[in-house]
Amino acid sequence: MSIWLGSETRLLVQGITGREGRFHTLACREYGTNVVAGVTPGKGGQEVEGIAVFNTVREAVAATGANTSLIFVPPGFAADAILEAADAGLALIVCITEGIPAHDMLRVKNALAAGPSRLIGPNCPGIITPGQAKAGIMPGPIHQPGSIGVISRSGTLTYEVVHQLSSVGLGQSTCIGIGGDPVIGTDFIDCLRAFKDDADTRGLVMVGEIGGRAEEEAAAYIRDNLDIPVVGFIAGLTAPPGRRMGHAGAIVSGSSGTAAAKIAAMRDCGLHVCEDLSRLGEFCAGIFQG
Amino acid sequence: MSVIEGIGFHPLLSRRAGMVVYMKLHEYQAKELFGQAGLPVPRGQVCSDVTQAVLAADKFGWPVAIKAQVHAGGRGKGGGVRLAANREEARQAAEAILGMRLVTAQTGGRELVVHRILVEEGAAIQDELYLSILPDRATASLVIIASTEGGMNIEEVAEKNPEKIVRVRVNPLLGLQPCHQRQVAFGLGLTGALFKSFCSLLARLYATVIGNDLLLAEINPLVLTENGEFLLLDAKVEVDSSALFRHGELADLHDPAEMDPLEAEAQQYGLNYIRLGGNIGTMVNGAGLAMATMDLIKQAGGEPANFLDVGGGANAAMIENGFRIILSDGGVRAILINIFGGILRCDVLAEGVVAAARATGLSLPVVVRMEGTNVDKGRRILADSGLELVSAVDLRDAAEKIATIARSL
Repeated sequence: MSIWLGSETRLLVQGITGREGRFHTLACREYGTNVVAGVTPGKGGQEVEGIAVFNTVREAVAATGANTSLIFVPPGFAADAILEAADAGLALIVCITEGIPAHDMLRVKNALAAGPSRLIGPNCPGIITPGQAKAGIMPGPIHQPGSIGVISRSGTLTYEVVHQLSSVGLGQSTCIGIGGDPVIGTDFIDCLRAFKDDADTRGLVMVGEIGGRAEEEAAAYIRDNLDIPVVGFIAGLTAPPGRRMGHAGAIVSGSSGTAAAKIAAMRDCGLHVCEDLSRLGEFCAGIFQG
Repeated sequence: MSVIEGIGFHPLLSRRAGMVVYMKLHEYQAKELFGQAGLPVPRGQVCSDVTQAVLAADKFGWPVAIKAQVHAGGRGKGGGVRLAANREEARQAAEAILGMRLVTAQTGGRELVVHRILVEEGAAIQDELYLSILPDRATASLVIIASTEGGMNIEEVAEKNPEKIVRVRVNPLLGLQPCHQRQVAFGLGLTGALFKSFCSLLARLYATVIGNDLLLAEINPLVLTENGEFLLLDAKVEVDSSALFRHGELADLHDPAEMDPLEAEAQQYGLNYIRLGGNIGTMVNGAGLAMATMDLIKQAGGEPANFLDVGGGANAAMIENGFRIILSDGGVRAILINIFGGILRCDVLAEGVVAAARATGLSLPVVVRMEGTNVDKGRRILADSGLELVSAVDLRDAAEKIATIARSL
């Protein structure tokens, strides 16, 4: 079992003919993902290593039954690519692109609110269900199938966490990088809600960062809704307090967001907080296997 | 470069690191932008020498305001804003402010040298309001914030008199509607002709925010003059750096002189570097891992000298430049490199480190921890280089080795 991505996934890649798109498409296929199509406007009819390329997402879906999109479109066009994937009715859209203008994402977020499509990202490593499928740029071999779910705002920090989990024999059910941008499609709580209904996920690791209130809200959700153990980690304990703070911004969400405040909130909500990244693997072994 | 803290952005997380970075405009640039949009701004001229400033002041009549143009609020308290009632006072004010080293609550302890002043006609002020528009990430909307307590620190107003803050959210797909305008204008207690002119001002400001991809437009104060007209007396603008590709004219307004020189240099190479003042330099790929690595250094008894995220797609030249920038910080006594190779391959990293170490004649201890793609190849390159690099097998090993070094410093 897993969430959102698995052996039933039929992946299409928007921006498949670009350098990054091509590289990661092939890596996803090599991992075992069922990659059924690519989309690059104007390059319909071509092929990338045997994968058919279409001009539009709708055409690709009609021809191949794709249900998930992975996006490598440049930042100026990425918001439009997300809207196109949603318009074609894809259940899951994973956007890797970094540097999408904030106002574009505000519009996309509102446009997707009414529809059935789930967006992961942008500016994220993607999602992987070890042993089944990967829609993202994470290194496949560090993962192991298992029963620990991983949710993170970071990229390489997630790899570090997963690597340590695998090293102590803790496999993963699904690992999701939700992305570090200010406006993202799927947040911690969306992931927690899905993991809650996944019988095979027996524990969770939540990897957060300073800034915002996402971790505090997620911790409260865990306290009220989850009965599996959750390990929390926050990066940025030693980060200096915000330089050059925007005045108007501060009253929008208050002044919280420090690592200390997040760790306190997580502890209050019953999470097991690990403060030493170098020992996270054995810390998790103690919690999940103990 | 820095980031709006309050809406969940953090300065350590730049665009490369996965967060939106903004570009600040100077007050005079912001006022030009607003003036072009048909918003009422005072007549003014930006000057870089005293003679020019006095001539400009002559043109506007008395009194004039003379304002330091630096990327930091709190200029008034630091002596960076003065009023002049005549020629002599204008000359004295210009002399005092030009070349001044400003340290305010918002400069992060750094001195900003004033290279330019804005000479502006004085305003006969009847009332001062506050008005800002910015994106709110939690609700994916644009939020308009207004208050009758203009000219004050808006955070203090929000804390002490929250009832004096009007907050209206706008769905970006709908855009600013008359109902939003009414909520803000009535919230400020405006009626009659003032109500009307405020609504049109708000509509222009909103359009400017959307049309220019602004992450912050803050008017504090928005003054009501004795003639019954609104005037944008101060203006703070932050542009979304990720959107500069479609605003060439705004991109040209970037002022690297306002940045830490090493940070500005790093930016040129596509590196995300922030100087922190400790003794152990770091180079990491990915912002989250970079912050976690800083935490490890501190937990090991060291002080991180910097945050440096080389990003996912770094090449050997970027690694080399990053290394050189770390070493340009005179306080650095040791370096910890922590790379989890994904897209960035460990052999590419190793080549960059070796090249940089050779080019700089490195004499400091360097701990290298690598994992991921092509790690064996990378380790071999380091081992065969003949350089005295300390290899760490995993993060714990790296932390222990850095702790040993930190104790000896």
